[in-house]
Amino acid sequence: MSKYIIQGAKDDFEVVIGLEVHAQVISNAKLFSGASTEFGAEPNAQVSLVDAAMPGMLPTINAECIRQAVRTGLAIGAEINKYSVFDRKNYFYADLPQGYQISQFKHPIVGEGIVTLDLGEGRTKDVGVERIHLEQDAGKSMHDQHPQFTYVDLNRSGVALMEIVSKPDMTSPEEAGAYLTKLRTILRYIGTCDGNMEQGSMRADVNVSVRRAGEPLGTRCEIKNVNSIRFVRQAIEVEARRQVDIIEDGGEIDQETRLFDPVKLETRSMRSKEEAHDYRYFPDPDLLPLEFDDAFIDAARVSLPELPDEKRTRFVDVLGLSDYNAGVLVAEKESSDYFEALLEALSSKSKAAAAKVASKAANWVMGDLFGALNKAGKTITESPVSAAQGADLLALVEDGTISGRIAKDVFEVMFETGKDAEAIVEEKGLKQVSDTGEIEKIIDEVIAANPGQLEQYRGGKDKLIGFFVGQVMKATGGKANPGVVNKLLKPKLDG
Amino acid sequence: MSDIDKATVAKIARLARIKIEDDKLEPLAGELNNILGWVEQLSEVDTDNVEPMASVVNAKLRWRDDVVNDGDKAESVLKNAPKAEYSFFTVPKVIE
Repeated sequence: MSKYIIQGAKDDFEVVIGLEVHAQVISNAKLFSGASTEFGAEPNAQVSLVDAAMPGMLPTINAECIRQAVRTGLAIGAEINKYSVFDRKNYFYADLPQGYQISQFKHPIVGEGIVTLDLGEGRTKDVGVERIHLEQDAGKSMHDQHPQFTYVDLNRSGVALMEIVSKPDMTSPEEAGAYLTKLRTILRYIGTCDGNMEQGSMRADVNVSVRRAGEPLGTRCEIKNVNSIRFVRQAIEVEARRQVDIIEDGGEIDQETRLFDPVKLETRSMRSKEEAHDYRYFPDPDLLPLEFDDAFIDAARVSLPELPDEKRTRFVDVLGLSDYNAGVLVAEKESSDYFEALLEALSSKSKAAAAKVASKAANWVMGDLFGALNKAGKTITESPVSAAQGADLLALVEDGTISGRIAKDVFEVMFETGKDAEAIVEEKGLKQVSDTGEIEKIIDEVIAANPGQLEQYRGGKDKLIGFFVGQVMKATGGKANPGVVNKLLKPKLDG
Repeated sequence: MSDIDKATVAKIARLARIKIEDDKLEPLAGELNNILGWVEQLSEVDTDNVEPMASVVNAKLRWRDDVVNDGDKAESVLKNAPKAEYSFFTVPKVIE
């Protein structure tokens, strides 16, 4: 991939990008109260008096949210701070009943780590993470429900967020997209955030600046609350272009907060927020410092599953998958879960080592299954064919009960009906014919019915063997074992 | 460190959403400077090797288990709201 450059009228510009990702922590209850975090409840049904900031209510921290932040830090190889402090970030908004957000400013729970981007064709890039801190989410305002009023729902108020702050290490929209994709994959693997960007459980603030090659960093603008990976890429493109145009016209960039409009494909200044930047942070007097010991960190470490990069390496080194296939299967946790369940079942059913059948299984998942799911507009978790059923089908091919060709037909029926492979094979009489006597009889009939082709074959057109194989397969409805056919046919044709 | 002027008082007041009449700014600046000056005396103490104190009692932060045991009380939550409709807090329109 060539370097991402924005061509101005006079000079070429580079773009420098940093991301602040807000990831909603997976927990049953909120960060400082016992109210539920579940999505989609009736308005204000999941609000405790703490979340509503009633006078005299005190926050008590949820142990699981701490553990999840530590697990996330460990998954990106970050330093874990055994001592961290909660601060109040003060600002006024209708959906923030406390008048401040409890966050971490000077002493975050997680320090520096690394996210390794996959940029295609085996290329990778390390992007630094500056810190991860825990904070409360705000409530939700709805401005379009009533002509004069804004409706406020506090169900989200107080839900735990991890703010994951990257270093300004990215230099193209693609890298920013790859960073979000990889971060999302990691969070979903370890189960600390569901990564659902449509529901807002993961959203990004994007910091963008531009500079001529070799110059120091330019003034940055922050684009708030971008809620899809595609929008992040688009927002960077249009914002970088806007900044280049201003600089080339002799202007200066104001450091400010902007909003991305995906319809008009432009960013706009959020003027109302300008003076709100004076947050007057101070340590929250309601909360003592957050402290834990090495045993707590070790327990969090032990609870981590195999991470996507580890899994990918194992798929290649141990199972012999191609790097591309391993990358595709690992990208979504659900895909790799399906593949691994299928492989385990197939390996035990056909009594073959996993490595021996892994490539076949991978090809089937990525070809037949993904193809059918795509066509049906379904995700892998909605697949009508379970991993165990898929393994049954592949095992029938492995032991020679059906041919690979027939397996495709059987799979189509399985996908439509959800029935098991064996039942379909039995029902439709699709068992492969490997009985040499029976096949020999059919070969004789085919040869007898095609004397012209036989003569041409014997006259040197030996490619015609394909024609005879085809006729035999046709006569058996595709059920003849192709290996047996090939073995028997040639001697007979050669006379 | 007596450097709170009228403009600073006005700014802090706006950030805190407290309405202060113009003729009160000057006297308030004086009062705030007095308070800060008084607290400033603490800096005379050498605290170089003293850990910052988070609490006057020797306590640790208490943790709660991740259990849902609260909520489901929209009526109580909304009881003191000046206006509520369809279980939402209903406030004058806030537009970005």
